[in-house]
Amino acid sequence: MNAAKFALIAIVVGLLVLAFAHWLKIDYFFFAGYTILQFTVLATAWNILGGYCGYVNFGSAAFFALGAYASVFMHKVLPLPVPVLMLIGAVVSGIVGFGMGYLTLRLRGAFFAIATLALAVVLQTLVVNWDFVGGSRGAYIIRPETIDIGSLQVNYIEYLFVLMLGLAVLVLTTARTIERSQLGLGFATIRDDEMAAEASGVPTLRLKLIATTLSGAFMGMAGAPFPYYIGYLQPSSAFGLEYAVNSIAMPMIGGTTSWIGPLVGSLLLGTAQQYTTAYISLGTGVNVLIVGVILIVFVIIAPNGLVGLMQEWLRKRRKS
Amino acid sequence: MSALLHVDNISKRFGGFVALDGIELEVQPGERLGLIGPNGSGKSTLVNCICGTLQNETGNVTFDGHKLDGLAAHQRTHRGLARSFQLPRPFHSMTLADNLRIPLLYTVRAREGMLHAHADLGARCHELLDMVGLAAKSRQMPRDLTQVEMRKLELARAMAAEPKLLIADEAMAGLSHSEIEDILALLVRLNERGITVILIEHIMSAVMSFSQRLAVLVSGRKVADGKPEEVVRDPEVVRAYLGQ
Amino acid sequence: MDISWDLLINAIAAGLLLGGFYAAVTAGVSISFGMLDIVNIAHPAFIILGSYIAYFFNINYGVDPIIVSLVALPAFYALGAVVYQVYYVSFEKRGQESLRGLAFFFGLLFVTEVALILVFGVDYRYVEASYIGPSIHLGLIELPLRMLVPCVVALAMFAGLQLFVTRTFLGRAIMAVSQDQLALQLMAADPIRIKRIAFGLSIATASIAGALLIIIQPIEPSVGRDYIGRVFAICVLGGLGSMPGALIAAFLLGIVESLTSTFYGPSWAPAVAFGFLLLTLAFRPAGLLGR
Repeated sequence: MNAAKFALIAIVVGLLVLAFAHWLKIDYFFFAGYTILQFTVLATAWNILGGYCGYVNFGSAAFFALGAYASVFMHKVLPLPVPVLMLIGAVVSGIVGFGMGYLTLRLRGAFFAIATLALAVVLQTLVVNWDFVGGSRGAYIIRPETIDIGSLQVNYIEYLFVLMLGLAVLVLTTARTIERSQLGLGFATIRDDEMAAEASGVPTLRLKLIATTLSGAFMGMAGAPFPYYIGYLQPSSAFGLEYAVNSIAMPMIGGTTSWIGPLVGSLLLGTAQQYTTAYISLGTGVNVLIVGVILIVFVIIAPNGLVGLMQEWLRKRRKS
Repeated sequence: MSALLHVDNISKRFGGFVALDGIELEVQPGERLGLIGPNGSGKSTLVNCICGTLQNETGNVTFDGHKLDGLAAHQRTHRGLARSFQLPRPFHSMTLADNLRIPLLYTVRAREGMLHAHADLGARCHELLDMVGLAAKSRQMPRDLTQVEMRKLELARAMAAEPKLLIADEAMAGLSHSEIEDILALLVRLNERGITVILIEHIMSAVMSFSQRLAVLVSGRKVADGKPEEVVRDPEVVRAYLGQ
Repeated sequence: MDISWDLLINAIAAGLLLGGFYAAVTAGVSISFGMLDIVNIAHPAFIILGSYIAYFFNINYGVDPIIVSLVALPAFYALGAVVYQVYYVSFEKRGQESLRGLAFFFGLLFVTEVALILVFGVDYRYVEASYIGPSIHLGLIELPLRMLVPCVVALAMFAGLQLFVTRTFLGRAIMAVSQDQLALQLMAADPIRIKRIAFGLSIATASIAGALLIIIQPIEPSVGRDYIGRVFAICVLGGLGSMPGALIAAFLLGIVESLTSTFYGPSWAPAVAFGFLLLTLAFRPAGLLGR
């Protein structure tokens, strides 16, 4: 199944989800759904660099927050429609991803990982000191009730949900296309044995830069609508721990070798976290603690995630 | 006739340890060069410096008339330099066929700019695997291979890059007598097609029968370089091997 | 700019004291990352754990924080040994250190921080001791004891470690394992056991570093993350595996941070370490005294 067909099917599924949500007429569904889809985007974007190439990014929050703060900046300078902001977020985060990659990817993967950790701290420091975007006090963005699309008047939160849905379809299609392409094969060699990859003629630095830029750009796109979604943006929420841990935990628990892993991981964990927050009133703290513990457990006993376990089970069934 | 490979005064240290000390070496086009030396003499380090996996501190490497300074390993492979690793380094998450597809896609196709049809690539992978006797296992994963089979895969992957110069780094360790004969015959066939070969080996019978010229490395220095029969009688070479 | 010499000299002095403390914080990572090649990004979490343990016994039982940390040393050592064993069996043996090993330590870092938030909350905590408050005056220079005492203890610990690594058999075995594991095996020493001891030692240093930290500044669970950048910046700048290098780098970082803090404001301090890290990686990845 080629990329176009897959995209088409994904769009159809998306439209079905949208129709279902519309029929439900519960605003909460759009709120929760937006958050879950946002994690799908972050998890899949993370996996392009982490799962396919084997380079761990601990600073997903940095790229996400960059997109969010680019929107805040633009909002104060020249208000633009959210899809345009998403493109701007992509460009800003993509450039930072490229720059950081260029500086650190020629060295070992460990240095890149550490640099991403430090990047998040530094960017947060910069934002906290920058009053134009609100500094530590935060920035307000009034979210309108509705938005006019052509002759239709659409509920604003539904509009944001649709945008995030579209982004999720885009990222998933891109990830799957990469996976099955020559580029994806090249990524896999970097993950398996970078020295042997170079010796076989794979331009590893170039491929790693492509992965870092793409990954960063998608995360920036996910961050761009966030200020509108949340209405009041503070550095502590934009750079929140839950982004870093979820972008790593969801692909690793779901399975890092294919596009399905991050999707499964994000849908499962995302829904679970929404449920426990809403119905069991576990604070974000306990929620995120549990995710961390599950991550550690999975990383130790199920290195290929849920998808890996499924593949194992199918293989054993085929043998017997 | 100018040399295909010219190694000019290459030195490499690791901290306080001098791995290579002013190595000078020339390889003529179409030549079969044997490179021997005790363990730790720097043979693999030399290969790594030539191929760009390691950065030499002094001197330079000239290949096919061009200086290789500053070129990344993959660029040197594109120019026609290929090597197998002493300890096999397969891509363990893909099948044997896909392991060979990598150099075909990233070196051969990049070099020639031609778009091989999907079927063509598959056929070429099969052909290469057949040359090393692994055709039956093309759909298997490297973890299912024996050590010996992994060495053959290493060699096949280096061959897949269609090099002008192939460096075989201890490709025959652990092979049986007939398997050694097979690999030797394969290397000779490649050489007859115009591929220059540097054979790094400990198995003296193979080295002697294969090499037109023999170079000896001891403790990071080249101590001999000439006709194989003469080199093995060189007193310094004898001392290096027996004195160890 | 009219530089007040008074301010400048005191900033440098404070920076030196801070640098000594940073050396203690980094000592552990110098061992685990510099010598054992284990990217333990959770090290700051162990330090913060040490801080909270010192806090708990200080506030509830009035014990001096440094004493608490010394008593807690064996527990931290044991914890380090256990963590290494899990790491070795799950990742090192299978060759999966790069992705999964990192994720494992990240998980530890994260779980520790959140657990501390749940137990102690996000309020700043501090300890009480007789040397927190007074300062020594040397002419223009004011040396607060709450910085001087940790600096002295830190340097003592650092010197102790350096002696251990260069003079004792076990210490030299650790250096050997970092350079040539195979040779060590051939000498009939068990590299895994040596690495386990080394890693345990590295976590043990976190106990002391934690006590020193809470003497120098009030803490809350997320403070650990500020130190990740600093710790690895010092390790890389000093040169991996070189403890003297780490010491020099620690002092350098301490001084630059102190100067930045004094003249540009304290909220810029975390960025300094990152700047160091990036510059080092870009221009001299081997560090000052790297192997």
